Amino acid sequence: MAKLILHQVSIGTLQNINLEVAPGEIVCLSGPSGAGKSRLLRAVADLEPHGGTVKLGNLAQGLVPGHRWRRSVMMVPAESAWWFDTVGEHLYKPMPKALHALGFDEDVSEWSVSRLSSGEKQRLALIRALSREPDVLLLDEPTANLDEKTTRQVEDWLISVIHARNRPVLWVAHSREQIRRVAKRHFCIEGSKLLELQE
Amino acid sequence: MNAIALSWWQLALASCLVMALAACTFAAHLGVGKSLLIAALRTAIQLALIGLVLEALFAVGSLFWVALMGLAMLLLAGREVVARQKYRLRGGWSFAIGTLSMFISAFSVTVLTLVAVIGPEPWYQPQYAIPLLGMLLGNTMTGVALGLDRLTESARRSRNIIENRLMLGETWSEACGDFRREAMRAGLMPIINAMAAAGIVSLPGMMTGQILAGSPPALAVKYQILIMFTIAAGTGFGTFAAVALCSRRLFDRRERLRVDRLTTAGHDRFFT
Repeated sequence: MAKLILHQVSIGTLQNINLEVAPGEIVCLSGPSGAGKSRLLRAVADLEPHGGTVKLGNLAQGLVPGHRWRRSVMMVPAESAWWFDTVGEHLYKPMPKALHALGFDEDVSEWSVSRLSSGEKQRLALIRALSREPDVLLLDEPTANLDEKTTRQVEDWLISVIHARNRPVLWVAHSREQIRRVAKRHFCIEGSKLLELQE
Repeated sequence: MNAIALSWWQLALASCLVMALAACTFAAHLGVGKSLLIAALRTAIQLALIGLVLEALFAVGSLFWVALMGLAMLLLAGREVVARQKYRLRGGWSFAIGTLSMFISAFSVTVLTLVAVIGPEPWYQPQYAIPLLGMLLGNTMTGVALGLDRLTESARRSRNIIENRLMLGETWSEACGDFRREAMRAGLMPIINAMAAAGIVSLPGMMTGQILAGSPPALAVKYQILIMFTIAAGTGFGTFAAVALCSRRLFDRRERLRVDRLTTAGHDRFFT
């Protein structure tokens, strides 16, 4: 597995961001609302025009078509969208173990998306993304709509999956406790810069 | 043909009906009386002028003047397509896409119909070419405008869905496929409804006009069927082309959704 490299990336107010995330490593990003955390993830996923270079190992973002890059470097937004009628139609392959690990019944695939709560949508969005088998995960507040117990459940599951698959992960989080639990390295956005915080 | 000649005073008599309607709208405080009268006046002036232009064109009958008239009609139709969109592409792209789509569909269907079906001598005889092109452009314009309006509206309203699909590695075409199909259906529905209702619910305008002008109904019906078929083809292909081109323009080379390329009416410097 390759590492994720951001070199001199600029988007919005953020300027010349440099960052490397190793395979199997979770790096957390935090900062005040509107600081540009989500936009940085969008730049890495190539969803917005930006300056600088993003690479996965030796493969530069601009050298592959946009959809192939995003298939490989996948962002999971804070607010997920759903367009088919049932949950199962959104999954690219059956994910029985993941569904079970996050507390869903076997018949969840038959559920109508209109009956999903925001917390269920958030957990299912993670499973949907992993059903595409991405090489990198960009998680934008993946537990924002969850209670404490479910948050821990999702964290444990994500950590085990990320380590098992040996994938680099950028994780936007607000809670200091959560950052301490999931990541060894933590960066905070201050103004136009990304500062590494040492615990 | 043995049409009863209409004089201007007879038309003035008919205009009394519109004035009576305007009086009613005033009385009912609908606030559209002025617009109604202005629209009626515009109809009379515009049609009288086009009557003069057509008479001159029929007298000259050269390919150059027919083509020039066709070009003017096309550009005005392109302008109208833009005016009917709530959200339009910046920098004249909506105009260019609408005009090109109508050129591809309406002009090719008109030329094909003139050459292969009606067969006047010469093929560009203005008596056939101009009315046929006018009918096709008018209807294609409606289809293209409806299709583009639905597509751009969907792109703004459903940005989250399209971007979430892009995040999952879908191509731009997959991510907006549902909205593109919806836009194409919106553009095609008026002509499908018109064909389904023709002769049962309504007598189409061209056929009615021909019969009033003294044509045998059997001939008028044949022309109407021909017109309906050509309008369906023109509208369909025009809408397909416009929606395909516009949807591509909504994404950049990296297949990113670019709603920033849309602007609302009144903010487009190209047309203000």
